[in-house]
Amino acid sequence: MTDIDETPAGVRADGTRGDGLDARLVVDRGSFRLDVTLTAAPGDVVALLGPNGAGKTTALRALAGLVPLTGGHLRLDGASLERTPPEARPVGVVFQDYLLFPHLSALDNVAFGPRCQGAGKAEARAQAAAWLDRMGLAEHAGAKPRRLSGGQAQRVALARALATRPRLLLLDEPLAALDARTRLEVRAQLRRHLAGFEAVAVLVTHDPLDAMVLADRLVVVEHGRVVQEGAPSDIARHPRTDYVAQLVGLNLYRGRAEGHTVRLESGPVVATTEDLSGPAFVAFPPGAVTLHRDRPTASSARNLWRCEVAGLETHGDQIRADLTGELALTADLTTVAAAELGLHPGVEVWAAVKAAQTHAYPA
Amino acid sequence: MTRSTRRTRALRAAGVGAAALLSLSACSSSGSSKDSSSSGSGATASSSAKPSGTVTVFAAASLKESFTALGKKFEQRYPGTKVTFDFGGSDTLAASITGGAPADVFAAASGKTMKIVTDKGDTAGAPVTFVRNQLEIATLPGNPHKVSSLKDLTASGLKVVLCAGTVPCGAAAQKALAASALKLTPVSYEQDVKGALTKVELKEADAAVVYRTDVKAAGDKVAGVEFPESAKAVNDYPIALLNNAPNATAAKAFIELVRSSEGQKVLTADGFLKP
Amino acid sequence: MSEAGRDARAVTLESGARRGRALRGVPLPLLVPALVGLAFLLLPLLALLVRAPWRSLPDQLTSPEVWQALQLSLISATCATALSLVLGVPLAWLLARTRFPGRGLVRALVTLPLVLPPVVGGVALLLALGRNGVVGQWLDSWFGITLPFTTAGVVVAEAFVAMPFLVISVEGTLRAADPRYEEAATTLGASRFTAFRRVTLPLIAPGVAAGAVLAWARALGEFGATITFAGNFPGRTQTMPLAVYLALQNDPAAATALSLVLLAVSIAVLAGLRDRWMTASS
Repeated sequence: MTDIDETPAGVRADGTRGDGLDARLVVDRGSFRLDVTLTAAPGDVVALLGPNGAGKTTALRALAGLVPLTGGHLRLDGASLERTPPEARPVGVVFQDYLLFPHLSALDNVAFGPRCQGAGKAEARAQAAAWLDRMGLAEHAGAKPRRLSGGQAQRVALARALATRPRLLLLDEPLAALDARTRLEVRAQLRRHLAGFEAVAVLVTHDPLDAMVLADRLVVVEHGRVVQEGAPSDIARHPRTDYVAQLVGLNLYRGRAEGHTVRLESGPVVATTEDLSGPAFVAFPPGAVTLHRDRPTASSARNLWRCEVAGLETHGDQIRADLTGELALTADLTTVAAAELGLHPGVEVWAAVKAAQTHAYPA
Repeated sequence: MTRSTRRTRALRAAGVGAAALLSLSACSSSGSSKDSSSSGSGATASSSAKPSGTVTVFAAASLKESFTALGKKFEQRYPGTKVTFDFGGSDTLAASITGGAPADVFAAASGKTMKIVTDKGDTAGAPVTFVRNQLEIATLPGNPHKVSSLKDLTASGLKVVLCAGTVPCGAAAQKALAASALKLTPVSYEQDVKGALTKVELKEADAAVVYRTDVKAAGDKVAGVEFPESAKAVNDYPIALLNNAPNATAAKAFIELVRSSEGQKVLTADGFLKP
Repeated sequence: MSEAGRDARAVTLESGARRGRALRGVPLPLLVPALVGLAFLLLPLLALLVRAPWRSLPDQLTSPEVWQALQLSLISATCATALSLVLGVPLAWLLARTRFPGRGLVRALVTLPLVLPPVVGGVALLLALGRNGVVGQWLDSWFGITLPFTTAGVVVAEAFVAMPFLVISVEGTLRAADPRYEEAATTLGASRFTAFRRVTLPLIAPGVAAGAVLAWARALGEFGATITFAGNFPGRTQTMPLAVYLALQNDPAAATALSLVLLAVSIAVLAGLRDRWMTASS
């Protein structure tokens, strides 16, 4: 079944330089259905963020033409691309493991695209050399991919994709294949390159940090659907699903606001400083939680719940405690504090959060 | 590791090898049953005894039709007997016999191949010529190229196949050509008479020089043309009782049948000449 | 010595040591049948060497017929391999990379020449491409081409028997190769054919080479289909195996000598090629 929207392909009448990406990607695979809408203006960097199996990569492959759409539409700079084969789309892809052609040198990998677009051998190589130079890889032009470090390979892959002068650049988990140290460095470089890219860039990642550093806008995908989208800062402050809350490291609850309190669906009430009414989210970071073995009497915290330790794990130089009870939440505390409290799974504790450290917003 | 577990391992490994051997012998058991039945009858093998049991005949491939018919006759005449044949190239059969294959009778398509066996002392008594075979030209049905003599085969544009000089039919053809001082360049020297005939049957070749009996056996798929020069290259077919015959009594009786007038009738009907 | 050369030597030394260590750990139930199997394969070859007519060998080898047959064998096997490559690699790609109804059946049909007795294959070729064959009659009447009894016929017969080896080998390599490289190539603007030619083919080159060697070896030893389809004429269609077979009829010693020549040449060629690929692919 296909219900691809038919729109005449072509350049806009006013002749302006494109209007970016306008897509609704529907891919039906029996048990799984992807249906996401993506729009972006030239110069935008959009991150598709979501857990494994959410359909991010499928969306990316659909944009590249590697997976056929079963419905929706795909317009890039005013031209319809639904029926355009991948080789004819002005789309460049940086694959997760780069897929650099192992039998070609870095230079010939980058020259591959221009060659396919009709450039002569010498010209394609000259273009490729310029791209490698821009990536700071001039001295590695003759190297075969297996001689390149992860970061270098990533930049060659980016140069290879950019060398076709795409109007849409797709990056699939661009930093996932790198070790932690290289990642930091490559992320900064990639950010610079993406900032200088004049067309639309869409990157797929499950790492919120990559998404927030690299993208102007996040689109959170879960189970094939967009569950939230917006500026990174907005999403970090106002998560709307458990997945996003967990990504940005917040305890998130949904309830009904009445003035300065939010009554949660599970029963308890959370005091906040915001004044709201109606359906609302309320969130607070794990670091805002203080734990006590006995009910605190002198605490100024207005939120107090009786909980039980379900699990403990080290989280950086801190201990993260998973609590169940009146309210399920995570709390961060120092190793010393955890030792003093004698925390171990099964211990009963009191969890306190100041109203000023919670944040409520309309659902 | 202790000594005993080492040994069990070695035994198990030997078991694998033994299993492989067993599987081989199981595969060949159908062949050995013949031996056991013939050796059973060998116990009664005295010169005057009535033929019984299995008699194994190695015979040239060109004898297949005639000998199969004679085998049936033999089994009818002597109830309780069974004739098993191995038809093949005379050279191959000779090699098997000198290599120790258990056979009672060898009927070859040439004296030369029989000589391989007699030279090794594997025959009991001198071989006897029981039929002869003459060459004939096999052409396409209806003889479209109007071939009427050996000389006609040398015409250019005609595709002729001969047997290779190393096999009897090829040697005979060369003899006939030499006798009539003809030079014939075939398109192919076939590995055996059957290969030559097939090329004509499939109409790939226009003519082949083969045996009269082969032309007869091919029926209407080829047309036969006799030529006088063939008289100069007639093949003798010798037959002999073998030295290590497991069933000498029945073997002698079979040779008698082949040489009897009844046997000769069957053979000449298939195109063979009387000796 | 260059640094790379020293590296290579270090690697071979190391792998040699590893091999020695590995053999000591092989369990007996595997080692014993393995050695029996090796002996089973090598013994007949050894017997050929032991019983070879070494004294008359020089005479055998200097005869022009032998060189003619050997030359023809090498040329026709190489041509058959080339033909198999040109037709077989695309066929393998089709089987590995596309989906169409009846693909399983097609794959089974491709391997049919492997199980068909070669003589039957030769007859089948005659029925198809012979002077009166289903296709052959048109080749004859339109282009005046007849394949039987020609060197081209030898190549056709050998390719018919050898190509399945190549197709199976290349298809296996293609299946193991990552198809996403082809996808990456298409996102760079390459058509599927360009992607195959410039990306996939270089990637599967070792598999193609291995398949070509198999096919070449099979073609070199081909007997039944060749003699049935192309006949036997010295210098035109008589390849080494045919010469060996016919020599066997009246001069087994000569046959042994010819076999030794064939054996020596194939070992030399295969060993030579193998070394080159080993160093090229590492």
